Amino acid sequence: MQYLVSVIDDKSNPGSTDRRPAISAFNERLIAEGYWVFAGGLADTDAATVIDNRGEQPVFSDGPFVESKEYLAGVWVWEAPDLDVALKLAAEASKVCDRKIEVRPFQ
Amino acid sequence: MSDVEEAITRAHHDEWARVVAALTRRFGDLDLAEEAAAEAFAAAVERWPADGIPPNPGAWLTTTANRKAIDRIRRENKRDDKHRQAQMVSDDDPSEPAGAIDDDRLRLMFTCCHPALAMQTRVALTLRMVGGLTVPEIARAFLVRETAVEQRITRAKAKIKAARIPYRVPSAEDLPTRVSGVLAVLYLVFNEGYLATGPDTDPVRHGLTAEAIRLARLIRALLPDDGEVAGLLALMLLIEARRAARVSASGELVALDEQDRGAWDAALIAEGHRLVRERLAAAAAGVAPGRYQILAAINAVHTSARDMRDTDWSQVLALYDQLVGLDPSPIIALNRAVAVAELDGPQVALAAVDRLQDQLAGYHAYHATRADLLRRLDQSQQSRAAYDQAIELAGNTAETASLTRRRDQLQ
Repeated sequence: MQYLVSVIDDKSNPGSTDRRPAISAFNERLIAEGYWVFAGGLADTDAATVIDNRGEQPVFSDGPFVESKEYLAGVWVWEAPDLDVALKLAAEASKVCDRKIEVRPFQ
Repeated sequence: MSDVEEAITRAHHDEWARVVAALTRRFGDLDLAEEAAAEAFAAAVERWPADGIPPNPGAWLTTTANRKAIDRIRRENKRDDKHRQAQMVSDDDPSEPAGAIDDDRLRLMFTCCHPALAMQTRVALTLRMVGGLTVPEIARAFLVRETAVEQRITRAKAKIKAARIPYRVPSAEDLPTRVSGVLAVLYLVFNEGYLATGPDTDPVRHGLTAEAIRLARLIRALLPDDGEVAGLLALMLLIEARRAARVSASGELVALDEQDRGAWDAALIAEGHRLVRERLAAAAAGVAPGRYQILAAINAVHTSARDMRDTDWSQVLALYDQLVGLDPSPIIALNRAVAVAELDGPQVALAAVDRLQDQLAGYHAYHATRADLLRRLDQSQQSRAAYDQAIELAGNTAETASLTRRRDQLQ
């Protein structure tokens, strides 16, 4: 079972910025224990562009699809046998990243 | 009620959870288990009057439900790879301790009470899957719309499947944190059995209270050091002990002050008191008691008194004060006011009760408590109006009968 694990930051109350070494160590462990599928940190939401080509002309708009205080700062994809395993790892991830984590299963 | 109807009702109380739990383990699908169980009970309603009550109703229901589930799988062609992928994870590791812990109903309960589900969802799902209550009964118990309960249950089943919430008893390490949600659910199941709702239901559904106690005992065996588990079990035992005295021969609810205390179950009281003493010793050693332990202690005070006048009301009030600190709910405040009435008189208590009007205007016990206090203050007209409102809101047949008598006795 694969889970999308989102790291959620808060613009008005951001998590600490010194987490990189701890996250690297956590990633090493995810790889060693076979949970790691993919991981990536994201640039600021200001760097996002939304494209809508459902009409006749593609429309490009500057910025994220939804403006909110909370935003997606990074993602993992994990392979885990069930939600209990994913939630346990996510609880660690939240400490390691100093941010909230959302766990959402792939279909 | 005919013999067959009675047998079906009893089988529903005794066997529903077992059937759902066994099917969930076999097919890995809560939705399928619930529907097949419901179909099996519908088949019993149809066939038992003609064919007779089977010698082992539980086995008949499980076999029938299994067959219904297989029919359904064939019909919906669910036996493809996609279905197998969606199956719940069941942990059948034989190294798991056997005995008390190896109960499918416990697995079912921990899955229904999973922390990834909202609290209200856990309650609704457990009452449906483990308690076997219908959606209208659950809606009534929680004063919400039936469609809201239905939606909650449907979404929960979908999430359990999509997110792979496992079907197993949690590891020893995770167990304590998973238990408090289960206890809250058990207490609600107990209350639904204790004060059953619906115009045609028995006033007390012993099956539900007994089931809540049985499962509380199981959890107690697993977690002997958990104070709240002991507290909840004690609380249930001390309430259950008064069951025989609580409903009169004519089917009327008998209030604590009018109960025949000789009819209380001495063995259950002794067991409850033992648990409360155990927790008092822990509290003396510095372990702060939780809300079930305090509620159990309140019930221990009541069950220690030979009659209403002997009750140590100052002790009861002190315990309620402690409880209000943990749980500022208006229902606790309402019950506290009853103790206040005994110590400081009905006038003081009425003032406290009236302050809860905004929060409790839709709750029958609020009006019943007011009616009783107004009666004691000789305000018959206002008391009558409050009884009328309580009768209108009360869902329990024995309680309605008792309220009606009290109203009609007013001068």
